[in-house]
Amino acid sequence: MSNTLQIVWLIPFLPLIGFLVNGLFRKQLSKSLVGIIGSGVILASFALSVYVFMQVKGGNIHLAHYFNFINTDSIKVGFDFQVDQLSSLFLLIITGVGFLIHVYSTSYMHEEDSKDFAKYFAYLNLFVFSMLLLVMGGNYIIMFIGWEGVGLCSYLLIGFWFRNNDYNNAAKKAFIMNRIGDLGFLLAVFWLYNKLGTTDYHTVFENAGKLTPADLTGITLLLFVGATGKSAQIPLYTWLPDAMAGPTPVSALIHAATMVTAGIYMIARSNIMFTMAPVTHYVIAAVGLATAILAATIALKQNDIKKVLAYSTVSQLGYMFLGLGVGAYTGAVFHVMTHAFFKALLFLGAGSVIHAMGGEQDMRNMGGLKKYMSITHITFLLGCLAIAGMPPFSGFFSKDEILAAAFKQNPLYWGLGVAGAMMTAFYMFRLYGMTFLGKFRGTHEQEHHLHESPAAITVPLSILAVLAVIGGLVGIPEVFMHGGHKLEVFLEPIFATTNEYVKEHQPHEALSHSTELGLMAASVIGALAALLFAWNKFSKYEKTDAAETGLGKILANKWYVDELYNTVIVKPLNSFAAFLNNVVEKKGIDGAVNGVGKAVNYGSRQIRLLQSGQVGTYVLLMVVGILVLFIIQFFL
Amino acid sequence: MPINYYIVLSVALFSIGIIGVLTRRNAIIIFMCVELMLNAANLLLVAFSKMHNLALGLNFPTLASDAQIFVFFIMVVAAAEVSVGLAIIVMIYRNIHSVDVNFLNRLKN
Repeated sequence: MSNTLQIVWLIPFLPLIGFLVNGLFRKQLSKSLVGIIGSGVILASFALSVYVFMQVKGGNIHLAHYFNFINTDSIKVGFDFQVDQLSSLFLLIITGVGFLIHVYSTSYMHEEDSKDFAKYFAYLNLFVFSMLLLVMGGNYIIMFIGWEGVGLCSYLLIGFWFRNNDYNNAAKKAFIMNRIGDLGFLLAVFWLYNKLGTTDYHTVFENAGKLTPADLTGITLLLFVGATGKSAQIPLYTWLPDAMAGPTPVSALIHAATMVTAGIYMIARSNIMFTMAPVTHYVIAAVGLATAILAATIALKQNDIKKVLAYSTVSQLGYMFLGLGVGAYTGAVFHVMTHAFFKALLFLGAGSVIHAMGGEQDMRNMGGLKKYMSITHITFLLGCLAIAGMPPFSGFFSKDEILAAAFKQNPLYWGLGVAGAMMTAFYMFRLYGMTFLGKFRGTHEQEHHLHESPAAITVPLSILAVLAVIGGLVGIPEVFMHGGHKLEVFLEPIFATTNEYVKEHQPHEALSHSTELGLMAASVIGALAALLFAWNKFSKYEKTDAAETGLGKILANKWYVDELYNTVIVKPLNSFAAFLNNVVEKKGIDGAVNGVGKAVNYGSRQIRLLQSGQVGTYVLLMVVGILVLFIIQFFL
Repeated sequence: MPINYYIVLSVALFSIGIIGVLTRRNAIIIFMCVELMLNAANLLLVAFSKMHNLALGLNFPTLASDAQIFVFFIMVVAAAEVSVGLAIIVMIYRNIHSVDVNFLNRLKN
């Protein structure tokens, strides 16, 4: 079996090496060496990923079995890698964007101690390793290993500056929220294993039809619970905005481009099961849409530049789930890809701004950065246009594909989706206007230090900007160009079974070209109006001390969801824990243990009195004892 | 002579021994009472042996003579015990100038 794709194990293996080297020798290696190793392994993985992608494009699908991960009589789980269209696409995104962010980090994190710098790169490498494991795994178990690995790295990196206790709390929150989702994922895997006796993708998907509808609905809903945790959907989304406590490149890599899309990958991977479970589809679409709208409304009123981007990420992830929920799997994956480009770009741009502002993240103290940071400004503007869905930037193609599919399912979905898209355009250009336009509102000292970032920051920005602009061209809809949707053609084998199933069971009329064009025009005009309104309003933004009132206050406080969770879940749990601690533990368990000790002590003190030292007493007791034994023996 | 007489005599001897041990305080008398109990047991063994011997004839010589051999053992052990016990009593007398066991309570606590 001399398949050239046998070498795929190298792709995750190289970042693992990078993690080990940087982690173990963090005290010896110099910063530049750490940067070279950390980025170099990712670059090598990227080169391999490109090769693998080319092979896959040529039709070379590979299933590699390395060894048995679990090997018992009843359970056999292989350590398998599956390289096909979907995973090779994700490989490219992860290693490509990952590499750019590594390069960016060498500059962004340069002020850290050499030891911390190496630790940071070790974590980042470990993250890439886990993420690659997640997308390359050939069964749900291997995916789950990566799934947990990225959660761990996310925790480590959010709490990277662990001396700040707020950051630690944010890290813990992210981890716990993720654990809740992971439980759902794990239960789904158990259920699946129980019913089918395997977790290998190809066997599961072949036999998905043998599952009862109830099983399918249960499994897919549990999988979706896992996805809501990892991909920050209602009700588990609150960890993602808090995760902005981590370094900005981490937010770009983990909390925008890669890890949070794991849920979408997983659902796109299991597409046939989800297609056969219409109830789950409705739930996903509803949750995705609700998340998209809710997060967008919150983003309207945030003043922290990273918080806006975080809520925007949650909102965009909501769009991806809407896409999955209406069966537009290609659209969702497409949006994952374009979102990875423009959101990584926006985060890195924000990082560049924060860097120049000396750590300032409040947009009210920025403004007018246009003339100080030209590259950052241009690339950021391109990113904003892309996320706002302006044609012909990448976000336009992917978002409109999802919206068109949503319209096919239910025009209401489309209407709400467009409303969300308008809000997206508004808050992004509010952010842009407050940051880059107008005049500078920070301190004099900050103004003095304003500077364009070094090449290690601007080059990744430029590359991502190019990708954000042209990335959408792989998926030009049929309306504009026949056979223009290269991505759909490429991913066709992954969703083939689903497409057949849909054709058979839920036939939909294709949208007429004029309807589709009309929908696009409507959403673009709406977004453009919102964009211009925001541009107009915030280019001359003046700092005011007036507190938000009414709805604005509710939005600025994030709909009080955190407070709600605190009251409904955290506080009762805390008081329950206090009850267990003070009453059950101290009084009950301690009381029982101490009581046994006291009883033995007291009893022995009393029994000791029998030992009088009188020989006569002893003999008497002995005789009595023997007599008792006789009586028992002969008379009872 | 029926076996009952032997049993009654033996039980009487044994009871006298026990009561002696329980009620007397003089170590030597207690000692003698212990010997009395041993001999009560010996008497019973010999009596039963004789009874079995009569019942079974001479077909089972070992069965009949086992108990008698056992009695010899007990006598030997008793003799050894007497020598050790008397030595202990002598030592007690030297230490506390008395053979009253009620004074021997110093091991208490």
